[in-house]
Formats: sequence, structure tokens, C-alpha cells
Amino acid sequence: MRKEDFELLSKILKERSGLVLSENKVYLLESRLTPIARKKGMETLDDLINEVRLRRKEDLLREITDAMTTNESFFFRDSTPFDLFKADVLPGLLKARANARRIRIWCAAASTGQEPYSLAMILSEMETQLAGWNIEIIGTDLSKDVLDKARAGVYSQFEVQRGLPIKLLMKYFTQAGEMWQISEKIRKMVTYRPFNLLDSFRSLGTFDVVFCRNVLIYFHQDTKSDVLERLRGQMAEDGTLFLGAAETVLGLTEKFKPVSGKRGMYMTADHAGQLRKVG
Amino acid sequence: MKSCLVVDDSKVIRKVARRILEELDFDIREAVDGQDALDSCHETLPDVVLLDWNMPVMNGLDFLKNLRASDGGDKPVVVFCTTENDMSHISAAISAGADEYIMKPFDREIIEAKFSQVGLI
Repeated sequence: MRKEDFELLSKILKERSGLVLSENKVYLLESRLTPIARKKGMETLDDLINEVRLRRKEDLLREITDAMTTNESFFFRDSTPFDLFKADVLPGLLKARANARRIRIWCAAASTGQEPYSLAMILSEMETQLAGWNIEIIGTDLSKDVLDKARAGVYSQFEVQRGLPIKLLMKYFTQAGEMWQISEKIRKMVTYRPFNLLDSFRSLGTFDVVFCRNVLIYFHQDTKSDVLERLRGQMAEDGTLFLGAAETVLGLTEKFKPVSGKRGMYMTADHAGQLRKVG
Repeated sequence: MKSCLVVDDSKVIRKVARRILEELDFDIREAVDGQDALDSCHETLPDVVLLDWNMPVMNGLDFLKNLRASDGGDKPVVVFCTTENDMSHISAAISAGADEYIMKPFDREIIEAKFSQVGLI
């Protein structure tokens, strides 16, 4: 991408959303905006940029901004799901899985790795308690490019400052020039694989916890329902689902119930039914 | 309303930080170096200090050590905000009692994220 094109796009994004795009995010512009160009019947991203330069149409600018911002991933994004995972979900699983000592976690929209690595850091902070446990974190995403970045675990100064407490940066990252790399120990805790949520989930196995945040918002209603119903099929009966703060199961599926007072956290309807009986 | 002391020898940085923090509902005082900041703290302790490192008269780290050694000086949350972005500076700041550390350049999102991590927002 030419320097002046990068500058044009980053200026527009900054103005419209406050998003600060560093030079090392060129790949992100390319991977997110090329599909928009294609959708508009243009050959290349350059054609799209020319269109922006010439006409600055509001709806195109909005589409570009949305594509660049909605997926942006932070460490410990929205904090609540991570607090709930640590304080509610894990203690429950440590009891319920005391014999098998095995927990499987799926990050269904792993993006550039911040979400699975945030979970890995939480688990690593509890390692004495978890000694002898086999904990698997699978991170999937449609985009191979973002997964390459996730696997490398290298983040810009901006990225490591959004949501990541300084003490965790000190403990789990090393500095490499202007960038920060997450430690091999944390990287090894997560397995990444490219995966389309529209495909069958069967090859993935069964999970105790699923994070599927800020991805359903891209889908139509019937696709949302379909994904949620199939998710239930891959989850343990006492499994926990986390959705994004702006997402819900209401009106989409009966297979999950919101956990009252715990924003973004859902349990399977079967388990909710059993809890009611016991209660 | 929580109070924040913005310590930086750059007028521009103080202005940017003030604007962001006022939007986040903080009452802002400013100081131009570590000594100025200490004087301000001796008058009234703020809830939080946003602290530059390299400043004339007294640098941020010396201010922090002085503050933490003074009466009631353990109370304010101290967030460094500096171009010093290597691990040795970060470690020195945290060992001296800083609660969080922002590497410049910063934006509203980073300030908001860091302040919320230390329970200020």
C-alpha cells in the first residue's frame, strides 16, 4: 500500500472513530477493505481508495470505518467476561471436573489472539491451583492473516496498552524493538486454526466454555440462530457461553438462557432447567 | 468528582490530558515538574496523578519516591505517562510504587482503559 493511501485511510478512520492506525496495521487495512472493494465490483483495493479520494461518499466511508473498527480486539476486552470467567466459571469447573481434570475452551472469533491470550494469562496466574489439569484453548477465526498474527503474538505499543494491566505486560511480554511479544509459555497454551462458523463444528469436539463475542453481529438473524443452536451441540451440558455486550440469545434460540445479573454470560437451557429443579 | 493532578513539562500534553480527563469527569490540577507537583500534593492530595518522567527541576520518579515517603502519600493512584518505553524504566516505576504505566503516545482509549483498570472509572 502506498504511503499516501495509508495516510488517507488512517486520517479518515481517526476522524470518524478515533481509531489510531499504526504503520504496522497495513495488513489489517488490506484484509478488511479488500472484501468491500470486491463487494462493490471493484478489482482491487486501489480502486476503492481512488473512489474514496475522488468522491468521499458517506456510506462508503461508514462501511470502511465499520470494517476497520468492529473487529478490533483488546486484551481483556470489556473486562466483565474475563472477571466472570475467573470468579464464576473456573471455580465451578474446578469442582465439576475434579475427576477428569480437563477443561476445553473455544474462542470462536479469536482474531489477533488477544482474547485467548487474556484467558491464558488468567489461567497462568492460577497455575498452582491448576497443577495437573489439562486445559485446552482453541482459537479459531475465518481469516488466516489474523491467525498468523495471533500465533506470532507480537503486538504494537498501542495494542498492549488497551486493557492489559502493566504488571501482566511485565510478566508475560518481552520487548522486541517497538513491538511486544507475548511469552512462549502463553503462546503454547493456545492452538489456532482457521475456521468458518458457517461450517460444521463437529471436528472441534466438545467445549466447557465458549467465547463467541462480537461475531454474531455480522450475521443475519437465521444464521445467528443456526450458529447458536449448533454451538449448543458442541458444549457440555453445564457449559458456559459468552457473547458480546451488544449480543443476545433472546429471540434467536431457546437452547441458551442468560445467567441473571451476569452480563454476556449464558448457560445451556438444559442446565438452567436442572438448576431450577434442584433449587 | 475525582481529582487528577497532571504533571508534565509540556503545555501541549497537559492540555490534551486535561481535555480527555475532563470528559471522563475528573477535576484537573496541573504541575510543570516534580517539585511543583510535590508542592501541589502538600496542599491537597489528589485521587490520581498522571505523571511524566523527564522534567526539569525534579523528574517523575523522584517525585513518586518523595510522594510515597510522605504523610498520606501512599493514597493517590499514580499513573506514569512517558516516552520512556523500555522494561527497565517500567520496572523502576512499578518498584517505586506506580500503579500503572502509559507509554506515549497515548489516546483517550488508553487513558480510559488504564484508569478503569486501577478502579478510577
